[in-house]
Amino acid sequence: MGRISELQRGLIQRDFSCQELTRHYLEEISRKNSTLNAYIKITGDTALEVARRVDEKLARGGQLLALEGIPMTLKDNISTRGIETTCCSKILQGYTPIYDASVWELLQCQNAVLLGKTNMDEFAMGSGCETSCHGGAVNPHSPDHVAGGSSGGGAAAVGGGLAVYALGSDTGGSVRQPASFCGTVGLKPTYGAVSRYGLIAYASSLDQIGPIAASVEDAAAVYDVIRQKDERDCTCVGGRSASGTLKNSLRGKKIGVMQELIETIGGEIRTALENAQRIYQDLGAELIPVTIPDLEYALPVYYILASAEASSNLGRYDGVRYGRGQGFGDEVKRRILLGTFVLREGYRDEYYQKAQLLREKLTRSMKFALEACDMLLAPVSPTAFERGSSRSAVETYRTDLYTVPASLAGLPALSVPCGVNSQGLPIGLQLIGKAFEEAAILNAAWKLEEAFT
Amino acid sequence: MKYELVAGLETHVELNTKTKIFCSCATEFGGEPNTRCCPVCTGQPGSLPRLNERVVDYAILAGLALHCEISPISYMDRKNYRYPDLPKAYQITQHEIPLCRNGWIKLTNGRIIRVNRIHIEEDAGKLIHRNGQTLVDYNRGGVPLIEIVTEPDLHTAGEAREYVEALQLLMKYLGISDGKMQEGSLRCDVNLSVRPVGSETFGVRTEIKNMNSVAFMARAMDFEFRRQSAILEQGGKVAQETLRYNEADGTTAPMRGKEDENDYRYFREPDLPPVVVDRERLERLRASLPELPDQRMERYTAGLGLPQQDVRLLIRYPAAADYFDKASQGLKKPRTAANLIVGTLFTRMKTEATRENFQVPVPAEQLRDLAFMAESGQISGSLAKTMLESMLDTGKSPEELLKDGLSALDNDGLEQLCRDALEQNPGAVQDYLKGKEKALKALLGAVMRLSKGRADALKAEELLKGMINL
Repeated sequence: MGRISELQRGLIQRDFSCQELTRHYLEEISRKNSTLNAYIKITGDTALEVARRVDEKLARGGQLLALEGIPMTLKDNISTRGIETTCCSKILQGYTPIYDASVWELLQCQNAVLLGKTNMDEFAMGSGCETSCHGGAVNPHSPDHVAGGSSGGGAAAVGGGLAVYALGSDTGGSVRQPASFCGTVGLKPTYGAVSRYGLIAYASSLDQIGPIAASVEDAAAVYDVIRQKDERDCTCVGGRSASGTLKNSLRGKKIGVMQELIETIGGEIRTALENAQRIYQDLGAELIPVTIPDLEYALPVYYILASAEASSNLGRYDGVRYGRGQGFGDEVKRRILLGTFVLREGYRDEYYQKAQLLREKLTRSMKFALEACDMLLAPVSPTAFERGSSRSAVETYRTDLYTVPASLAGLPALSVPCGVNSQGLPIGLQLIGKAFEEAAILNAAWKLEEAFT
Repeated sequence: MKYELVAGLETHVELNTKTKIFCSCATEFGGEPNTRCCPVCTGQPGSLPRLNERVVDYAILAGLALHCEISPISYMDRKNYRYPDLPKAYQITQHEIPLCRNGWIKLTNGRIIRVNRIHIEEDAGKLIHRNGQTLVDYNRGGVPLIEIVTEPDLHTAGEAREYVEALQLLMKYLGISDGKMQEGSLRCDVNLSVRPVGSETFGVRTEIKNMNSVAFMARAMDFEFRRQSAILEQGGKVAQETLRYNEADGTTAPMRGKEDENDYRYFREPDLPPVVVDRERLERLRASLPELPDQRMERYTAGLGLPQQDVRLLIRYPAAADYFDKASQGLKKPRTAANLIVGTLFTRMKTEATRENFQVPVPAEQLRDLAFMAESGQISGSLAKTMLESMLDTGKSPEELLKDGLSALDNDGLEQLCRDALEQNPGAVQDYLKGKEKALKALLGAVMRLSKGRADALKAEELLKGMINL
């Protein structure tokens, strides 16, 4: 059962108070955070203040809202009024937003207990959380491995028992990949399902806020609260309910297996994926091999478009109004340079425009493939990288191969754990759904989770 | 060698919607610096724009008034560059596909000036230089603008001047902008080049900025025309550059580096959906257009037969024209009302502001009543004028004034006043008897003064002549 409902039952039955629960997490954080480096800011006082409010409500006999009283965390690119928000960059050190992100407003209405802000790759650019100005977050399953990126802090917090759920952001895989590395569930909603207002932008046409949780049920519960239409974000239309159909039978469902992606992965991940396929077959689903033409362009298309948008979105950090702690790190500089280049007169047609056309083409291919099946199955990432490994930037980019297609097509996608490898590192599996059908992929993920436990 | 001036204008017009183009901050002018802004218009991290549809409506009205095609779908784009008054380091504008295209406006000399495009965009903040420092006020940031771009169809500074004044008038009629250059709600950049008369190719053009009035703009263009002509005459080449107009000596000089070679890296704004204008909206806006200046001109001259001078004045001040329309309703001779308005009301209004507001203590209906009395012969034209003055001073209606005794003088009364005038002006009488016709006018003037304008001038003249010749 989901941790959220388990904890809420405990609160209602007075097994423990919300303040006790919160203190437990704060103590765990003080014990483990120096190792995991999941949190870059801890907001203990306000957390206890909210917990006290929840306890008062419980004392009055009030009913708990879906996420009420649950200790959680926000990635440090989600604006929190009055709480420093830095995107783990020196250039935003000392920046304290005067407004709340829409998702945070929604969660505050639920009396969510914010334990702190979590570590991330600087400006969400990275796949290991190592470009953070605070140093990387560490994988709770192995001190020698990274938590992943860019939402590494959130994934490490949830995976390490330092929060019940986390909100991260996913542009090219930044919720799914660290969730996979840390043995947790991570969901990237359909583009437009969740408001981006208050999310410090990296790539506007790709960014989405999504939950990281220890179970599918929890991820669905969080998603259902944050998937609201928002007037302040013109690209947000809201999403459809997902929690109610988690336990539905998969009999007769068609799952498309993405051949190109499966073929690039080997070893234990491949085995885990084959096991998962057998489980789905046993559950009555039909597995169909699916090929997506031009899938190999997804990676360069992503990096061209994301960098182009980033170069524009980050233009405002001019060192005059921001930059007290000084400037950008290397990865951010790299992407700004790349992005500026592909938009330049003379190069624009060849790179940016072409990438836009290819994006449209790829999106059509993905959606076409999804006409023949209910969802797609694919790897989500390799297993966690070693800390401080000296891969080149491009080598790192290549590992995003599995996650960028769903980002480019704006489709919902999640990572669900399916075992660990011989080193004890978690292996994840990706499910990609049709637009606004988070319910379908969460259902399939829930079934897999059930089979594993 | 004779040269020809070739110019196109880019005019930025601030729209007077209540709120800004991408957020709900007030657009009201003034206020303490940085008090009319929010995370969106100051480009704070994580903020997102939302398009104010009134801005689109206003832009469509401008487009319709300028005979443009309105694009059913157009897009917002990002124009990326850095400047302290631009908080996001990009301006959201329309680059590739603007809202309005292919319009025109006709000048009084009959020439058509083609409007290439009209698009919507946001204004930047304002830089204030003080004590060697530069301060930024973001109140103006995000104020909606329309940019109106002409083809290089203007051939004289005079034409440019007329074009801008015509635009200003249109904005006033549509009610979408104050259109005041001195206040910055209308700004013009001139693109000017010069070529030998008869040549079909365009010369190198320079862009002139920073002209705060139509007069300065005309002067700048004249200067630039002479400057470029001189260069070409000597066989030189005009440098393509951006120039600043210097009010002090009427010259143009290159601006320091701001716009030299800018690659704006335009791309479609991912945070905003396309701008959609469906037929229903277009027709609703078209139906809401007020009578425009050229339509009004036609109605006043061809329709009502008003003299050009009066027409120009009324067109220029739409509030006055509205007043005239009410005051002339049902009159056989609308000219009567026009005379009273132009002759009396306008002369009392000394400032531009009073003429623009055209706040008159006399309701239009009362002026109409007065005009009707004059038209029907109940009172003379000059009496009408006098009565209007009284109405303005006392607030009384024409009927009330007549009751008060400000009536036309009866014959006995008039005779008495004529005798009084003759008595009081023996010198004039003598002059008249000596043959000076003008003296009669002086005596007449005396009668008018004595009668406080109530006398019928023609009758009085007859009577005076008669009395003198006795």
